[in-house]
Amino acid sequence: MREVCIVGVGMSQWGEVWRMSLRDLHTQAALRAIAAAGVDHLDSLYVGCMTGGLFVGQEHLASLLTDYMGMAGLPAVRVESACASGGMAVRQAFIDVGSGTSDIVMASGVEKMTDCSGGDATYALATAADQEYEVFNGATFPGLYAMMATAHMAKYGTTREMLSAVAVKNHHNGSMNPDAQYPFKVSAEQVAKSVMVADPLHILDCSPITDGAAAVIVTTVDIAKKLGKPYVKIIGSGAGTDTIQLAQRDDMTTIKAATIAADRAFKMAGKTIADVNLVEVHDCFTIAEIVVAESIGRYKPGKAGPAILAGETALDGKFPMNTSGGLKSKGHPVGATGVAQVIEIYKQLTGQAENGRQVAGSPKVGMTQNMGGSGGSSVVHIMEVA
Amino acid sequence: MAMFSSRIWREFPHRYRLEASKFKKSGKTYFPKRMVDPATGDTKQDTVVLPDAGKVVTYTVIRIAPEQWNDIAPYALAIAELTDGTRLMGQVVDCAVDDVKIGMEVRIEFRRIQSEGHGGVLSYGYKFVPKWY
Repeated sequence: MREVCIVGVGMSQWGEVWRMSLRDLHTQAALRAIAAAGVDHLDSLYVGCMTGGLFVGQEHLASLLTDYMGMAGLPAVRVESACASGGMAVRQAFIDVGSGTSDIVMASGVEKMTDCSGGDATYALATAADQEYEVFNGATFPGLYAMMATAHMAKYGTTREMLSAVAVKNHHNGSMNPDAQYPFKVSAEQVAKSVMVADPLHILDCSPITDGAAAVIVTTVDIAKKLGKPYVKIIGSGAGTDTIQLAQRDDMTTIKAATIAADRAFKMAGKTIADVNLVEVHDCFTIAEIVVAESIGRYKPGKAGPAILAGETALDGKFPMNTSGGLKSKGHPVGATGVAQVIEIYKQLTGQAENGRQVAGSPKVGMTQNMGGSGGSSVVHIMEVA
Repeated sequence: MAMFSSRIWREFPHRYRLEASKFKKSGKTYFPKRMVDPATGDTKQDTVVLPDAGKVVTYTVIRIAPEQWNDIAPYALAIAELTDGTRLMGQVVDCAVDDVKIGMEVRIEFRRIQSEGHGGVLSYGYKFVPKWY
């Protein structure tokens, strides 16, 4: 494997972006990443998108998006693993460059979620669960994570205060992120008093529906040095899967796919979780951040909630989690999320995080954890300063 | 999205009769049926019928529901572990949503699950009811 790095990043506008189409969002992020990296061409493109077909009726995305970037002819393919599509696209780009097949590759992600009704969006998202045995019986995504929360609370004594602390922390971080969809703070009281969606999860425990795209340029260290732009190395990439049906898992209070992905990424990187200075985790719901923090080995089962409540994972804590604001505050255009997580770690490791969001002490090693569905897939990347 | 009736009909053995795969080598049971035992890779199996009694192992109350469930929301949704150890997800009915708790004993009953739009295909399957009912 050649040494692989990220050399330029770009985000589109995130939020309810009614003026922009799926192709506009992607083109905006892609052009920004290309400009930031200063590259004059690409060798291939991997675009993560969960379901352009259901959200806007558009498949065959990679060709369409390549054309709109003015690059028809480029080898391009769309990567899908539900909400982990973006992270999986980064992994494909990493493999493409690492293997020596391509030198300069774009990994991007996009989702346009507000061109359909709320009901249609709910249906589209629910296709990440088992259609015949979960969705058929009335399951929703908040409902699946709610059942994980109920089980986690019963087994470990996780509390409402701990769930709320995740939302409060991530909105605090997101309030300093110029790209965030909801860059405002919330209080624990506001979270607890917000509308109940699926017991015990309130609306402020849930990540929003978002339009957005994100793109990164993946290349070799040698090329990055010639480009003269800040770069960070990807030193580990791991992916894993599990049954997508929650009922078929031995333990509903952990996410095995995340454990598998993290173990593989750490093994490749020659690091352990103790070497990681900060992490972006897939907080699609507040309970997800707690479960993932345990599943990736940072906290023992049942200990992440108390640690988050005590401020250990705050921006100035021992182990900052979701400095970007996470999916919760930054937004969650599902296919783009995994790429945007990599962008936050890139910014933090190159000292470019905006508005007081920069983690102090020049962090050296960062990690991203992206997840599909209720944990049927996960992908982890370990990144290190050059 | 409209579903062809073949897609619903195909699942009748599971949804109507609770048929499951019991693999020869491991003795493990999976619902719905599958071709390969994840535990051993075995493909030799018998079709068995799941027991109709179990306990709630986790649950939620869906208060914001997809469109086709709006008329029954809020509704309780649970994962029950049956007496043979198999787990499956379904709605808990014939009790108040707030009555559902971990450890609650339930039975499986054949019920209407959903109708597909106006004048669409009616879909049936299983729901959980309290044991005492």
